[in-house]
Amino acid sequence: MTVPQKVESETATTDVATAQRHSPLEHRAAEFERRSASGARGVRLREEPFLTQLDLRTPPGGSSAASVAEALGLPLPAANRATGDEHDAVLWLGPDESLIVAPDGRAESLLRTVREAQRGGSGSVVDVSANRTTLRLSGPMAREVLEKLCSVDLHPRAFGPGDCVQTLLGRVVVVLWQLDREPGYRVMVRCSFAEYLADLLLDAMAEFLDG
Amino acid sequence: MLLVRCPWCGDRDEAEFRYGGQADVDYPADPHQLDDATWGEYLFVRANPAGSFDERWVHTAGCRRWFSVVRDTATNEMRPDIPRRRESR
Repeated sequence: MTVPQKVESETATTDVATAQRHSPLEHRAAEFERRSASGARGVRLREEPFLTQLDLRTPPGGSSAASVAEALGLPLPAANRATGDEHDAVLWLGPDESLIVAPDGRAESLLRTVREAQRGGSGSVVDVSANRTTLRLSGPMAREVLEKLCSVDLHPRAFGPGDCVQTLLGRVVVVLWQLDREPGYRVMVRCSFAEYLADLLLDAMAEFLDG
Repeated sequence: MLLVRCPWCGDRDEAEFRYGGQADVDYPADPHQLDDATWGEYLFVRANPAGSFDERWVHTAGCRRWFSVVRDTATNEMRPDIPRRRESR
Protein backbone atom coordinates (compact mmCIF):
# COMPACT_ATOMS: atom_id res chain seq x y z
CA MET A 1 0.00 0.00 0.00
CA THR A 2 1.31 3.45 -0.88
CA VAL A 3 -0.13 6.46 0.85
CA PRO A 4 0.75 10.07 0.06
CA GLN A 5 1.81 11.81 3.20
CA LYS A 6 2.46 15.42 3.95
CA VAL A 7 5.96 16.01 5.21
CA GLU A 8 6.72 19.37 6.72
CA SER A 9 10.15 20.77 6.13
CA GLU A 10 12.07 21.64 9.25
CA THR A 11 13.59 24.77 7.75
CA ALA A 12 10.71 26.59 6.09
CA THR A 13 7.35 26.96 7.75
CA THR A 14 5.41 27.27 4.47
CA ASP A 15 7.32 24.63 2.50
CA VAL A 16 5.20 21.47 2.45
CA ALA A 17 6.40 18.63 0.27
CA THR A 18 4.52 15.49 -0.59
CA ALA A 19 6.49 12.25 -0.09
CA GLN A 20 5.48 8.68 -0.71
CA ARG A 21 5.49 6.24 2.16
CA HIS A 22 6.40 2.67 1.33
CA SER A 23 5.67 -0.35 3.47
CA PRO A 24 8.19 -3.21 3.44
CA LEU A 25 5.89 -5.70 1.71
CA GLU A 26 3.73 -3.47 -0.49
CA HIS A 27 5.28 -4.88 -3.66
CA ARG A 28 4.12 -8.38 -2.68
CA ALA A 29 0.42 -7.67 -2.05
CA ALA A 30 -0.67 -9.37 -5.28
CA GLU A 31 1.50 -12.39 -4.51
CA PHE A 32 -0.01 -12.71 -1.02
CA GLU A 33 -3.48 -12.61 -2.58
CA ARG A 34 -2.54 -15.25 -5.15
CA ARG A 35 -1.02 -17.61 -2.59
CA SER A 36 -3.86 -17.29 -0.06
CA ALA A 37 -6.59 -19.93 0.00
CA SER A 38 -10.18 -19.74 1.21
CA GLY A 39 -12.51 -22.51 2.30
CA ALA A 40 -12.47 -25.00 5.15
CA ARG A 41 -8.71 -25.57 4.81
CA GLY A 42 -7.83 -22.05 3.79
CA VAL A 43 -5.31 -19.57 5.13
CA ARG A 44 -4.86 -15.98 4.02
CA LEU A 45 -1.93 -13.59 4.34
CA ARG A 46 -1.88 -9.86 3.90
CA GLU A 47 0.11 -6.91 5.15
CA GLU A 48 -1.45 -4.34 7.47
CA PRO A 49 1.07 -1.53 7.04
CA PHE A 50 1.59 1.66 9.01
CA LEU A 51 -0.15 0.73 12.26
CA THR A 52 0.55 3.28 14.96
CA GLN A 53 2.79 1.69 17.60
CA LEU A 54 3.97 3.38 20.77
CA ASP A 55 6.38 1.82 23.19
CA LEU A 56 5.19 2.54 26.72
CA ARG A 57 7.44 2.13 29.76
CA THR A 58 5.76 2.52 33.10
CA PRO A 59 6.45 1.01 36.54
CA PRO A 60 3.81 -1.69 37.03
CA GLY A 61 1.15 -1.10 39.63
CA GLY A 62 2.07 2.55 40.19
CA SER A 63 -0.12 5.62 39.98
CA SER A 64 1.45 6.50 36.63
CA ALA A 65 0.30 3.15 35.19
CA ALA A 66 -3.20 3.75 36.48
CA SER A 67 -3.51 7.23 34.98
CA VAL A 68 -2.11 6.06 31.61
CA ALA A 69 -4.64 3.21 31.56
CA GLU A 70 -7.43 5.64 32.36
CA ALA A 71 -6.33 8.08 29.66
CA LEU A 72 -6.19 5.27 27.09
CA GLY A 73 -9.49 3.82 28.23
CA LEU A 74 -7.84 0.40 28.37
CA PRO A 75 -6.37 -1.53 31.29
CA LEU A 76 -2.67 -2.34 30.93
CA PRO A 77 -2.40 -6.04 30.04
CA ALA A 78 -1.21 -8.92 32.19
CA ALA A 79 1.80 -10.97 31.07
CA ASN A 80 1.48 -12.49 27.59
CA ARG A 81 -1.86 -10.75 27.03
CA ALA A 82 -3.34 -7.88 25.05
CA THR A 83 -6.21 -5.62 26.04
CA GLY A 84 -8.56 -3.85 23.65
CA ASP A 85 -9.41 -4.92 20.12
CA GLU A 86 -7.69 -4.85 16.74
CA HIS A 87 -8.27 -1.09 16.43
CA ASP A 88 -7.09 0.11 19.82
CA ALA A 89 -5.00 -2.24 21.90
CA VAL A 90 -2.26 -2.43 24.48
CA LEU A 91 0.12 -5.40 24.18
CA TRP A 92 2.28 -6.74 26.98
CA LEU A 93 6.00 -6.68 26.11
CA GLY A 94 7.59 -6.99 29.53
CA PRO A 95 7.01 -6.36 33.23
CA ASP A 96 7.20 -2.59 32.79
CA GLU A 97 6.78 -2.31 29.02
CA SER A 98 3.73 -2.29 26.74
CA LEU A 99 3.03 -1.61 23.09
CA ILE A 100 0.12 0.66 22.27
CA VAL A 101 -1.35 -0.23 18.87
CA ALA A 102 -3.76 1.97 16.96
CA PRO A 103 -4.73 2.72 13.36
CA ASP A 104 -2.44 4.75 11.09
CA GLY A 105 -2.16 8.43 11.89
CA ARG A 106 -2.92 8.29 15.60
CA ALA A 107 0.66 8.56 16.88
CA GLU A 108 0.73 12.25 17.71
CA SER A 109 -2.57 12.45 19.52
CA LEU A 110 -1.82 9.28 21.48
CA LEU A 111 1.64 10.56 22.44
CA ARG A 112 0.05 13.74 23.75
CA THR A 113 -2.58 11.79 25.69
CA VAL A 114 -0.09 9.43 27.33
CA ARG A 115 2.50 12.12 28.10
CA GLU A 116 -0.20 14.21 29.70
CA ALA A 117 -1.18 11.21 31.85
CA GLN A 118 2.47 10.58 32.80
CA ARG A 119 3.07 14.19 33.82
CA GLY A 120 4.48 14.32 37.34
CA GLY A 121 4.93 10.54 37.42
CA SER A 122 7.52 8.22 35.99
CA GLY A 123 7.68 6.41 32.65
CA SER A 124 8.10 7.21 28.98
CA VAL A 125 6.35 6.74 25.68
CA VAL A 126 8.05 6.67 22.26
CA ASP A 127 6.67 6.39 18.73
CA VAL A 128 8.06 3.15 17.29
CA SER A 129 5.59 2.79 14.40
CA ALA A 130 8.40 2.58 11.85
CA ASN A 131 10.07 -0.28 13.71
CA ARG A 132 7.68 -3.03 12.69
CA THR A 133 5.23 -3.84 9.97
CA THR A 134 2.28 -6.14 10.55
CA LEU A 135 1.22 -9.32 8.79
CA ARG A 136 -2.33 -10.58 9.18
CA LEU A 137 -2.61 -14.35 8.98
CA SER A 138 -6.14 -15.70 9.14
CA GLY A 139 -8.25 -18.67 8.14
CA PRO A 140 -8.98 -22.13 9.54
CA MET A 141 -5.42 -23.35 8.87
CA ALA A 142 -3.63 -20.27 10.23
CA ARG A 143 -2.64 -22.04 13.44
CA GLU A 144 -1.25 -25.01 11.48
CA VAL A 145 0.90 -22.63 9.46
CA LEU A 146 2.33 -20.90 12.54
CA GLU A 147 2.94 -24.18 14.33
CA LYS A 148 5.48 -25.11 11.67
CA LEU A 149 7.56 -22.08 12.60
CA CYS A 150 6.94 -21.48 16.29
CA SER A 151 7.71 -23.35 19.51
CA VAL A 152 5.01 -21.66 21.63
CA ASP A 153 1.94 -23.84 22.21
CA LEU A 154 -0.79 -22.25 20.05
CA HIS A 155 -3.46 -24.89 20.72
CA PRO A 156 -6.73 -23.26 21.89
CA ARG A 157 -6.30 -24.85 25.33
CA ALA A 158 -3.13 -22.77 25.78
CA PHE A 159 -3.46 -19.77 23.45
CA GLY A 160 -6.54 -17.84 22.38
CA PRO A 161 -7.92 -14.44 21.40
CA GLY A 162 -6.22 -11.69 23.39
CA ASP A 163 -3.08 -13.72 23.95
CA CYS A 164 0.09 -12.06 22.75
CA VAL A 165 3.70 -13.26 22.96
CA GLN A 166 7.09 -12.17 21.79
CA THR A 167 8.80 -15.21 20.38
CA LEU A 168 10.69 -16.60 17.40
CA LEU A 169 9.01 -17.46 14.09
CA GLY A 170 11.70 -19.29 12.21
CA ARG A 171 14.79 -17.28 13.06
CA VAL A 172 13.12 -13.93 13.57
CA VAL A 173 11.76 -12.18 16.67
CA VAL A 174 8.08 -11.26 16.34
CA VAL A 175 5.16 -10.09 18.40
CA LEU A 176 2.50 -12.75 17.82
CA TRP A 177 -1.02 -11.68 18.74
CA GLN A 178 -4.19 -13.73 18.32
CA LEU A 179 -7.19 -11.58 17.47
CA ASP A 180 -10.12 -13.95 17.08
CA ARG A 181 -11.20 -17.56 17.16
CA GLU A 182 -11.16 -18.15 13.38
CA PRO A 183 -8.18 -18.09 14.14
CA GLY A 184 -6.77 -14.75 13.03
CA TYR A 185 -3.34 -13.53 14.06
CA ARG A 186 -1.28 -10.42 13.76
CA VAL A 187 2.44 -10.97 13.38
CA MET A 188 4.42 -7.80 14.02
CA VAL A 189 7.92 -8.00 12.63
CA ARG A 190 10.90 -5.71 12.18
CA CYS A 191 10.71 -4.14 8.74
CA SER A 192 14.06 -5.52 7.61
CA PHE A 193 12.99 -9.09 8.49
CA ALA A 194 9.57 -8.81 6.85
CA GLU A 195 10.59 -10.33 3.51
CA TYR A 196 12.21 -13.33 5.20
CA LEU A 197 9.14 -13.90 7.36
CA ALA A 198 6.76 -13.53 4.40
CA ASP A 199 8.79 -16.14 2.50
CA LEU A 200 8.62 -18.50 5.49
CA LEU A 201 4.87 -18.05 5.90
CA LEU A 202 4.12 -18.45 2.19
CA ASP A 203 6.17 -21.62 2.13
CA ALA A 204 4.30 -22.97 5.17
CA MET A 205 0.98 -22.04 3.52
CA ALA A 206 1.73 -23.80 0.25
CA GLU A 207 0.23 -27.16 1.23
CA PHE A 208 -3.19 -25.55 1.79
CA LEU A 209 -3.29 -23.75 -1.54
CA ASP A 210 -5.09 -26.51 -3.44
CA GLY A 211 -7.83 -27.07 -0.93
CA MET B 1 16.83 -28.41 23.59
CA LEU B 2 16.27 -26.98 27.05
CA LEU B 3 12.97 -25.55 28.19
CA VAL B 4 13.90 -22.40 30.10
CA ARG B 5 11.46 -20.71 32.44
CA CYS B 6 11.53 -16.95 32.05
CA PRO B 7 10.18 -15.41 35.27
CA TRP B 8 8.06 -13.03 33.18
CA CYS B 9 7.03 -14.96 30.05
CA GLY B 10 6.93 -18.56 31.28
CA ASP B 11 8.41 -21.68 29.70
CA ARG B 12 10.11 -21.04 26.38
CA ASP B 13 12.52 -22.75 24.06
CA GLU B 14 16.22 -22.36 24.81
CA ALA B 15 16.63 -20.76 21.35
CA GLU B 16 14.87 -17.63 22.63
CA PHE B 17 17.56 -17.05 25.27
CA ARG B 18 21.19 -16.10 25.50
CA TYR B 19 23.46 -17.35 28.24
CA GLY B 20 25.08 -14.79 30.52
CA GLY B 21 27.56 -16.89 32.47
CA GLN B 22 28.07 -17.09 36.19
CA ALA B 23 25.82 -14.96 38.39
CA ASP B 24 27.02 -12.74 41.24
CA VAL B 25 30.42 -11.84 39.80
CA ASP B 26 30.75 -8.39 41.33
CA TYR B 27 32.85 -5.64 39.80
CA PRO B 28 35.82 -5.00 42.12
CA ALA B 29 35.25 -2.09 44.50
CA ASP B 30 38.54 -0.45 43.59
CA PRO B 31 40.02 -2.05 40.45
CA HIS B 32 43.10 0.23 40.53
CA GLN B 33 44.27 -1.44 43.71
CA LEU B 34 44.30 -4.89 42.12
CA ASP B 35 47.42 -6.58 40.85
CA ASP B 36 47.31 -8.19 37.41
CA ALA B 37 46.67 -11.67 38.76
CA THR B 38 43.62 -10.58 40.78
CA TRP B 39 42.27 -8.51 37.87
CA GLY B 40 42.78 -11.46 35.54
CA GLU B 41 41.01 -13.67 38.02
CA TYR B 42 38.02 -11.29 38.05
CA LEU B 43 37.91 -11.06 34.26
CA PHE B 44 38.46 -14.64 33.21
CA VAL B 45 38.17 -17.17 35.99
CA ARG B 46 34.75 -18.65 36.71
CA ALA B 47 33.49 -21.50 38.81
CA ASN B 48 32.95 -24.71 36.87
CA PRO B 49 31.10 -27.05 39.22
CA ALA B 50 29.66 -30.42 38.32
CA GLY B 51 26.37 -29.67 40.00
CA SER B 52 24.48 -26.64 41.22
CA PHE B 53 25.52 -23.39 39.48
CA ASP B 54 24.06 -19.86 39.75
CA GLU B 55 23.87 -18.32 36.32
CA ARG B 56 22.44 -15.45 34.30
CA TRP B 57 20.20 -15.73 31.26
CA VAL B 58 18.54 -13.11 29.07
CA HIS B 59 15.29 -13.64 27.18
CA THR B 60 16.50 -12.00 23.98
CA ALA B 61 13.62 -13.08 21.74
CA GLY B 62 10.97 -12.32 24.35
CA CYS B 63 10.78 -9.70 27.08
CA ARG B 64 14.55 -8.97 26.82
CA ARG B 65 14.95 -9.13 30.63
CA TRP B 66 17.90 -10.62 32.51
CA PHE B 67 17.21 -13.14 35.23
CA SER B 68 19.04 -15.71 37.31
CA VAL B 69 18.55 -19.44 37.65
CA VAL B 70 20.25 -22.24 39.50
CA ARG B 71 21.15 -24.96 37.01
CA ASP B 72 22.54 -28.36 37.76
CA THR B 73 25.35 -28.63 35.22
CA ALA B 74 25.23 -32.44 35.39
CA THR B 75 21.51 -32.87 34.71
CA ASN B 76 20.51 -29.47 33.24
CA GLU B 77 17.74 -29.29 35.82
CA MET B 78 16.91 -25.62 36.37
CA ARG B 79 15.44 -24.00 39.43
CA PRO B 80 13.98 -20.74 38.30
CA ASP B 81 14.91 -18.14 40.83
CA ILE B 82 17.39 -16.84 43.31
CA PRO B 83 15.00 -14.95 45.58
CA ARG B 84 17.62 -12.85 47.36
CA ARG B 85 18.53 -10.95 44.20
CA ARG B 86 16.49 -8.15 42.73
CA GLU B 87 15.94 -8.96 39.06
CA SER B 88 17.38 -6.39 36.66
CA ARG B 89 14.95 -4.61 34.43
